[in-house]
Amino acid sequence: MRHLLSIDDLDREAIERILDRAKTFTDVSEREIKKVPALRGRRVLNLFYEASTRTRSSFELAAKSLSADVINFAASGSAVDKGESLKDTVQTLSAYRPDLIVIRTPFVGAAQLVANWTTAGVVNAGDGKHEHPTQALLDVYTLRERLGTLEDKNIWIVGDITHSRVARSCILAFQKMGAKVTVAGPPTLIPRGMEAMCEVAYDLDRLPEADVVYALRMQHERMTDSFVPSLREYAAVYQIDGRRLGARQVLMHPGPVNRGVELSAEVIDSPQAVIGQQVEAGVVVRMAVLYELLTGRSAPKPALTTAVPA
Amino acid sequence: MPEPKVVLDEDDIRRTLVRIAHEVVEKNNGRPVALVGIHRRGAHLATRLHQLVEDLLDEQVPLGDIDIAFYRDDLSTRGPDPHVNDSNLDFRLEDYTVVLVDDVLYTGRTVRAAIEALFDYGRPQRVQLAVLADRGHRELPLRPDYVGKNLPTARSERVNVRVREVDGVDDVIITELEEAFA
Repeated sequence: MRHLLSIDDLDREAIERILDRAKTFTDVSEREIKKVPALRGRRVLNLFYEASTRTRSSFELAAKSLSADVINFAASGSAVDKGESLKDTVQTLSAYRPDLIVIRTPFVGAAQLVANWTTAGVVNAGDGKHEHPTQALLDVYTLRERLGTLEDKNIWIVGDITHSRVARSCILAFQKMGAKVTVAGPPTLIPRGMEAMCEVAYDLDRLPEADVVYALRMQHERMTDSFVPSLREYAAVYQIDGRRLGARQVLMHPGPVNRGVELSAEVIDSPQAVIGQQVEAGVVVRMAVLYELLTGRSAPKPALTTAVPA
Repeated sequence: MPEPKVVLDEDDIRRTLVRIAHEVVEKNNGRPVALVGIHRRGAHLATRLHQLVEDLLDEQVPLGDIDIAFYRDDLSTRGPDPHVNDSNLDFRLEDYTVVLVDDVLYTGRTVRAAIEALFDYGRPQRVQLAVLADRGHRELPLRPDYVGKNLPTARSERVNVRVREVDGVDDVIITELEEAFA
């Protein structure tokens, strides 16, 4: 495997292999020297066209824990502000001979394009509202830690499905692991044709059936039209609060949380919430992804000249 | 394919480990020792050796195990190990002479990786090496402190240590590799 662009690049066996390895990496942060030399001398380029706290920092920490070198490239404050295109930027940065490019952009399919332009491996760290595969992997990891298995579990993903790359990747990943997925939210925030992928609900009446409640962030920054009358009204119908969340249910959220919108303050700090564990899992799971992509014969070898397929 | 040749059987292995245990105790002469097995079979041998050393010393001896998967020097060509074990080192390395235990000593690369891994956990007072079989063909300047059996071999041969815990049987066998694998 050279790239991780979509959860569809992985079958269940590959997901389990990566997550089992992630588990062995937990040991690394508990030692006196918190790194192993597995990726010594490899270069990882973080290319972020969108704001990100945990994804970028956890990729950086993951790479450093494996002794890889990290170059961070944030699009604001760079030549991108001066009008450089994505392709030109990638080709310019390829001169630094990265072994792997971690890319986040607001554009659907950008990671796939970049994979065509470079000899490096590419990890999609979020491309618009399309996919965010490492988030889905760390969510599966967190659930395996909490529940043992996802087989036959009922997972409800609640909120803004349309704008959520997390939802798309998570639906695919949870289903591959044997879970039954239901998405719930206002009709305006659920894409047409969703029924072909999983169960759809427009209210939370059947929420008590869920073993896992996965709340999504209301993404004001991607909403160009009015999808909901107001955030208050959304919260009244879809907010997960102490009344709606059962004692045996597991609560997840990809962060950052809009307190008082998709989640009430009480549930964020409840014992059902594994939001902190999700962040923690981010580092070991991303270590396992980097390790998977950068070791072995299939790992990208930097070419002597920067090849540019048409 | 020719029949595998058994060079050590169950009894031989037991006697050999008893001898190595005596040597470990004698060589360290009262200094605190700890045993650390290299996954997988080295870890099982270390567990047995540990029992013998504790019996001889009549005191508690720390036992650990270590996985070297992330320290190998051929990750870029061989690819990731399908299975990685947890490492367990729950004692202060600084206080002990650590005896690394492995099944077969060959090129020495595994031992190099194990030493590097060990030092990421702490700074042992000294490191010694115990192996059940030394088959030669070193590629690094390393030598074992305790050897179960020296086995002069050709590179085209393969030395397999089998242990009850993993393989259901205790023995050391030599097989001739097919030319294609040699």
